[in-house]
Amino acid sequence: MEGATQRFYLKKLNKLEGVYKIARQCTIENNSILLNGEKCFTVEGVSFSEFAKAAYKHFEMDYPKFFKMDNLSKLAFLVSEIILKDIVKSEEELDIALVFANRSSSLDTDVKYQASIADKTSYFPSPAVFVYTLPNICIGEISIRYQLKTENAFFVFDTFPAEFFKNYTESLLTTGKTEKVLCGWTEYFQETYKAVVYLVGEKGTIEHNKQNINTLYNN
Amino acid sequence: MKKSVYITYTNCVTPLGFDLESNWIALQNGHSGIESHADVGLLDSFFASIIPNDKIDEAFAAVAQDENFTKLEKMLILAMKPLVEKHPVTSKSVFVFSTTKGNISLLGKENVSVEAAQLSVLAWKISRYFGFATEPIVVSNACVSGVLALAVAKRMLQADIYDSAFVVAGDEVSEFVLSGFNSFQAMSEEPCKPYDAKRNGVTLGEAAAAAYLTVNESEVQPNHFKILGDGAVNDANHISGPSRTGEGLVRSIQSALKEAQRKAETIDYISAHGTATVYNDEMEAIAFNRLSLQQVPVNSLKGYYGHTLGASGLLETVLGMESARRNQLIVSKGYAASGVTQPINVITANENRKIDCFLKTASGFGGCNTAVLFEKVK
Repeated sequence: MEGATQRFYLKKLNKLEGVYKIARQCTIENNSILLNGEKCFTVEGVSFSEFAKAAYKHFEMDYPKFFKMDNLSKLAFLVSEIILKDIVKSEEELDIALVFANRSSSLDTDVKYQASIADKTSYFPSPAVFVYTLPNICIGEISIRYQLKTENAFFVFDTFPAEFFKNYTESLLTTGKTEKVLCGWTEYFQETYKAVVYLVGEKGTIEHNKQNINTLYNN
Repeated sequence: MKKSVYITYTNCVTPLGFDLESNWIALQNGHSGIESHADVGLLDSFFASIIPNDKIDEAFAAVAQDENFTKLEKMLILAMKPLVEKHPVTSKSVFVFSTTKGNISLLGKENVSVEAAQLSVLAWKISRYFGFATEPIVVSNACVSGVLALAVAKRMLQADIYDSAFVVAGDEVSEFVLSGFNSFQAMSEEPCKPYDAKRNGVTLGEAAAAAYLTVNESEVQPNHFKILGDGAVNDANHISGPSRTGEGLVRSIQSALKEAQRKAETIDYISAHGTATVYNDEMEAIAFNRLSLQQVPVNSLKGYYGHTLGASGLLETVLGMESARRNQLIVSKGYAASGVTQPINVITANENRKIDCFLKTASGFGGCNTAVLFEKVK
C-alpha cells in the first residue's frame, strides 16, 4: 500500500511517466488470433462458433464449460485464456483485476432471448440463455476460470475507450486495489466481433499510454 | 493527498414519488410500490413495483415539451433534472450512467431497429439532453451497477480527470426481465420478504436515481456525504448463484474499509442488497458475520421498491443517505422472523439512531459484488 501511495504522489509530480507497462496483448478478429502482434491462429470461411471451437482445440484448452457459453463469453474467454495461460502455473492466488468494455453489451444474446418470448404460441424462455443477457457475465466466466477474486467492472462505450481504459486501469493500480489489470474490448454482435485485450502491470515492454493502447486496437 | 469526493445532492423517481421528500415520507408510512399486476407475456399475475405510465407522462409534460422519449428516458431525465438545475454541467463534468437492460423493451416493438436498444444510444440521448461535453461512461455490471457507478465516478474524480460527476441509474420492468426471472423460478409469489424465514424470491421493480459528486470543497456543507472507500470484488464461484462463503462481498467490504482506514465497528448502518432469494440473503448474512458486522442495523429496501436492478444500488444509497441525514433507521419491510442461519440485526422499527458512517453493499449475477462506505459531513 505504501508503495502504491508513493507512486501516486510521484505520478502527481509527473516524475514517473510510464510507470506502468503492457506485458502481453491478444487480438481476435476476422477468424484470426494475434498474440503480441504475431498471427498465431486462423481459420478461413467459418462462422464464429466454428472458429471458436477450432481455437479451443488448437490451444488445447481443457474447460468443458466453454461450450455452454454464449458467443460474447466465448470471445472473452478465448482472448483471456491466450494471454493468461502461460502466466498461471502456480497455486498462488492471482491479483489481476478485470476491466472490460464493448459497444453492444449482451445485445446478441438479448435478441436471441427476445425471440424466445416473442411468439406466445411457442414461448420458451430459457434460464441458460437469460443469464447471458448481462455483459458482465463474460468477466464472471474469466474470474471463475482463473479464480480471480479481484476487482472487476464492465462498461459500455460507443467506440474503443483508450483514454478511459488508461485512466481507470491506472486508478486501480495506483490506489493499490490490484497488482495487474487485464483490460480490453470484447465486442460481439451477430457474427461481427473484435476482441483486443492486454495485461497491464509494472513489468512489460510497451509503455501504458493512450497512444499505445489505441495502436493495439487499430493494428 | 488524494482528493476527497463528496455527494452533495441526490434525487429519485419511483412508484412512491418523483422526488426524495415524497419517497422518504412514503417509507416512514410503510408504503410499498409493490402491487399485483396481470397479463404481461404469459404471466397471468405477478407482483411488481411499477410506475403508472400516465403519471410519468404527466410529470414529464410539466418539464419538457418533447414527446420523443421512452418511459425509461423520462424517468432518467426527471431524476436528473433537479441536479443539473442546481449544479450546471461544465466542460469537466462527466455523466456516469448505470443500467442493466436500458431500453430493452424496444426489441419487442415493430418498426424499431435493434440498434435503438443499444445502451450507448440511450446514454448519448440523455447526455445530449443535458449538454455534456464529455463522453458518457455506461456501467453495466448486473445488479451492482448502481453502486459500482458511484465507485467508478469517485475513482475518476480522484484521478483528476473530471471536477464533477452526475451519476444516474435506471431500469424498468419489462416482459424481457419478468420472463427471465420467472424462467429461473426466482420470482416471489408474494411481495418479497428479504431475510425472512418465508422468503421465496425476488419482486421486480422500476426506478431511476441520481447523485451529484464533486471534489470542490466549497460546495460541501454539513449533512453532505464523503465517499470514504469502495471495493468491487468478484466471487469467482458461479455465474448465476452467489458464493456460499460470501467471499467476494467480504473482500469488497474489506477493500472499502482499508481505503477508508476505518475499522468495521465504525459502521453505524448497512444498506444491504437483500433480494429475498434464499441464497443471496444467506450469503450476505454469512459475509456480515465473517466481518463481525452482525450487530449493525441492516435493511433491504426491496420490500418497498422491489429489485430495481441497475437502479437499486444508487436508489438505496440515496435513501441510505437520507436515513443518515435524519438519524433515523428505515424498517426492512417484509421481514418478520429470521430466515438466515447467521444472526443479523434486521431493522424492525423506524427508530432514531445516530448514523455518521454507513455501508452500502450489492451483489449480482456474474459473481459481482460492490461495497461503498459513506461518511456524513459534520
